[in-house]
Amino acid sequence: MTPVDVMVNGRRYREEVEPRLLLSDFLRHTIGLTGTHVGCEHGVCGACTVRLDGAAIRSCLVLAVQADGAEVETVEGLASNGELHPLQEAFRAHHALQCGFCTSGILMAAADLLEQGEVPTREEIVDMVSGHLCRCTGYEPIVDAIAQVAGS
Amino acid sequence: MKPVPFNYVRAESVEHALDVLREHGDDAKVLAGGQSLVPALNMRLVRPGVLVDLNFVSGLDAITEENGALKVGALVRQAQAERSPAVRDACPLLTETLPLVGHFVTRNRGTVGGSIAHGDAAAELPLALVALGGSVVTSRRTIPAEEFFVAHFTTALEADELVTATTWPRRRPGEGWALEEFALRHGDFALAAAACTLEVQDGRVAAARLAVGSVTDRPELLDAQPFVGTALDANVAHEAGQAAAGMVDPPPNLHGSPRYRRRLIAALVERAVTRAWERGAS
Repeated sequence: MTPVDVMVNGRRYREEVEPRLLLSDFLRHTIGLTGTHVGCEHGVCGACTVRLDGAAIRSCLVLAVQADGAEVETVEGLASNGELHPLQEAFRAHHALQCGFCTSGILMAAADLLEQGEVPTREEIVDMVSGHLCRCTGYEPIVDAIAQVAGS
Repeated sequence: MKPVPFNYVRAESVEHALDVLREHGDDAKVLAGGQSLVPALNMRLVRPGVLVDLNFVSGLDAITEENGALKVGALVRQAQAERSPAVRDACPLLTETLPLVGHFVTRNRGTVGGSIAHGDAAAELPLALVALGGSVVTSRRTIPAEEFFVAHFTTALEADELVTATTWPRRRPGEGWALEEFALRHGDFALAAAACTLEVQDGRVAAARLAVGSVTDRPELLDAQPFVGTALDANVAHEAGQAAAGMVDPPPNLHGSPRYRRRLIAALVERAVTRAWERGAS
């Protein structure tokens, strides 16, 4: 077992884990944050996307021990003081989610994209969303929602 | 699925990582960005006894310029290189290639050095490095790109040797560049890819490098002599594509027969040499 000392959504967790434990399973099973979803477990579907020191990453492709000393943000950390994040509001307004399985990953990737400095073009948003699989709403409302928040 | 149990070593330095590799040989595997290795671990296609994590080694994530070449540390994230003004200035082919590598989120974690060391024959960064005539800097030597890639997933790296950086020659005046690929969806591995760099002098191609990827078992340089010395017009570009198609023998895969992939190469080479010419001549 290997120690992990990590901040998740502003709260500090100190745990002992097996080195092979994926960050996605650490978040869901070790500390009980099930908003991060697990789809394919090989980096294709994007459902498990969280932010690691600000950068959106696939949590199924990072080991929990690699998050030692880092700050992780999951979908549970997006809303603050009972107020939805603007992306969450826009997703609701645009019907950009149905079953919700892909939603948390797309929200976390979009949050990173919107902080890159320049306003992303619609093409750049489409390109980002292409890394995430959604099987119910289709991608148009998702792109619309992100574009609204981006102001593009 | 989940990885098999392994011992995890957080390398503190390149030397520390090499010590572990020397001790464990083939039973040890090096972890950089993990965007190819961790899927293989999760699917248990790779079952290392020891995983050596380079992510906490300092000094491997710098982009510098020396001896007329851009030096990209092995741990530079693909997204970091993609957004780097220094890369755009010195090596626009690399800036143009990076958005084709995986997706926004995987590029945040995936490294330039990791993609090179992995040696996937369909990957874009190895192709770009070969087309540019760059090289791979390891813990003990510097290897020209065309000698580094041996076959699919096979490189000239020894079991106790680490990639520490890659070097990408700075663009010269009059040099044009282009990388073209065809993939079913953006971010997927290409069914065929071609890259070209050429130098235009006095309205003629003075020198050129042409490489193809995905259709061969490693990124491969093709003979560019047929269009060197020409003022590259549409006919020459078309002929270059046809000639390239005749030089490769791609295997069939799920998405394309050998004949189809050869036709892709003809089209992609034609486009790549045309675009490289336009940029060099402008």
